[in-house]
Amino acid sequence: MNKHNSLLQHLHEQYLLSLKKEKRTILFFQCLIFLFFFLLWEVASRHNWIDPLLFSSPSSIWRLLVQKIADHTLFVHVGITLTETVFGFILGTLLGTCLAALLWWFPLLSRILDPYLVVLNAMPKVALGPILIVALGPSFTSIIAMGAIISVIITTIVVYTSFKEVDENYVKVLKTFGATKRQCFTEAILPASFPTIISTLKVNVGLSWVGVIVGEFLVSKQGLGYMIIYGFQVFNFTLVLLSLLIIALLATMMYQLVSVIEKKLLKRS
Amino acid sequence: MNVLAVEQISHTYFTKQAAVTALEHVSLTIEKGEFISFLGPSGCGKTTLLSIIAGLIQPTRGRILVEGKEMNTKQKVIGYMLQQDYLFPWKTIEENVTIGLNIMGINDYAKKEKALALLTEMGLSGVEKQYPYQLSGGMRQRAALVRTLATDPKILLLDEPFSALDYQTKLKLEDLVWKTLKQYNKTALLVTHDIGEAIAMSDRIFIFSAKPGRIVRTINVPETLRTHPPFAARQHVDFSSLFQVIWKELENIEQA
Ligand SMILES: Nc1ncnc2c1ncn2[C@@H]1O[C@H](COP(=O)(O)OP(=O)(O)OP(=O)(O)O)[C@@H](O)[C@H]1O
Ligand SMILES: [Mg+2]
Repeated sequence: MNKHNSLLQHLHEQYLLSLKKEKRTILFFQCLIFLFFFLLWEVASRHNWIDPLLFSSPSSIWRLLVQKIADHTLFVHVGITLTETVFGFILGTLLGTCLAALLWWFPLLSRILDPYLVVLNAMPKVALGPILIVALGPSFTSIIAMGAIISVIITTIVVYTSFKEVDENYVKVLKTFGATKRQCFTEAILPASFPTIISTLKVNVGLSWVGVIVGEFLVSKQGLGYMIIYGFQVFNFTLVLLSLLIIALLATMMYQLVSVIEKKLLKRS
Repeated sequence: MNVLAVEQISHTYFTKQAAVTALEHVSLTIEKGEFISFLGPSGCGKTTLLSIIAGLIQPTRGRILVEGKEMNTKQKVIGYMLQQDYLFPWKTIEENVTIGLNIMGINDYAKKEKALALLTEMGLSGVEKQYPYQLSGGMRQRAALVRTLATDPKILLLDEPFSALDYQTKLKLEDLVWKTLKQYNKTALLVTHDIGEAIAMSDRIFIFSAKPGRIVRTINVPETLRTHPPFAARQHVDFSSLFQVIWKELENIEQA
């Protein structure tokens, strides 16, 4: 019996070891691709295999980065874009959820508004940019509005759908205790839809970045979107690529943060 | 005086395709402390009748009297346990069993303690901080019963509470529920498809026919069976003869 147990334990250890090994292999190749990509880029640029004016090179991007950090201009732009995105993201998600709640509360309203939601959802929201900028002024506000508007309709639709899909027997349970509509919403509908709301957060992170960058293209005053447009106009593609890399990094970080929040919040259900 | 009176209840569901009459002229009265069962083919309106008694749907015709009075907020006196447990997965067992108290705004210390004591009585001590998915089907059903009993309803409506359980668990729960209800002198109304369960647990059995739902027969369970808890009643000699009677009755309904 004991022998059997120790054998099992041994096998289990081996299994865990093989898992670890696999993880290490994956990480190794991921790093390898990363290094290889930047190395190839650098070499190709130096040997003029690709046009260095257009595609720049990691080393010149690095030099520009150091220079921008030294003269403190980078942090201003990054700070502004990040603030706009976070606000746009939160606003879009909150507004979308509130709208969904409104539709749930007044089912007739939701049926009346249904075709309009479909149209609004199908329309590319960035096309509203010029109107927003004229209406709200070429500022912070209109860019945040861009970040929000791009995600609000899809959030409304997705969250409202999940509200409707909550098993009505949960509401029935509450009604047997004489619950009001409001209690049904806060005790059953909303908590049951939390997983969906959280997963829209993930989608909205990406969408808000799109909205904000396009907004900055149009307003052209500050931020990473402005850096891209400016770099494009003066034909400084090192600047464009630097901005792109920073955006990629920040968007990924935000996405990871939302994932962590998701894990925390959903642990209970 | 009877605690519940169902007077000439008729109910018709209106859908786009048709008007379905689920119940027609259903009348019955229940005394305090009585245990009543509804037996009948699927779709004969048993769930509909429970929902009407609980005040969840308004009947097309007829009225429900609780202790001789027509009530618009029946929820204070009637507890309704649905076919499945429907415990809220994001709430702990403790939060689940006290939700009724919270909704009614009567969640004081004493009531909460009583609900938790009831959990222990039902053999569920130590699970207060756990989530429903950590419990077995039988445990969840017991927790749902505690949730229904926590608000101290005068009348308890049970819609096939044991149908999703395995046989052994079901027999054990029947005894537990029966004893608990007798101990607190609750009036109960059970919907079931199990003839044996109806005989073993109840004082009276109403047999329904379908399309439209009507009461076709009322059966008084003999004293000899009534005084025994369900498991013992199932072993009793009078059990199988009554089983035969009800079986034939249901056969007749199906053929008609
Ligand atoms: N919401 C509804 N809309 C339309 N028709 C309904 C609705 N609910 C029930 N019915 C119809 O009313 C009749 C009675 O249904 P009910 O659920 O009360 O039956 P039941 O006796 O509980 O059946 P079961 O034993 O299968 O649970 C059925 O014919 C059903 O199709
Ligand atoms: Mg039913």
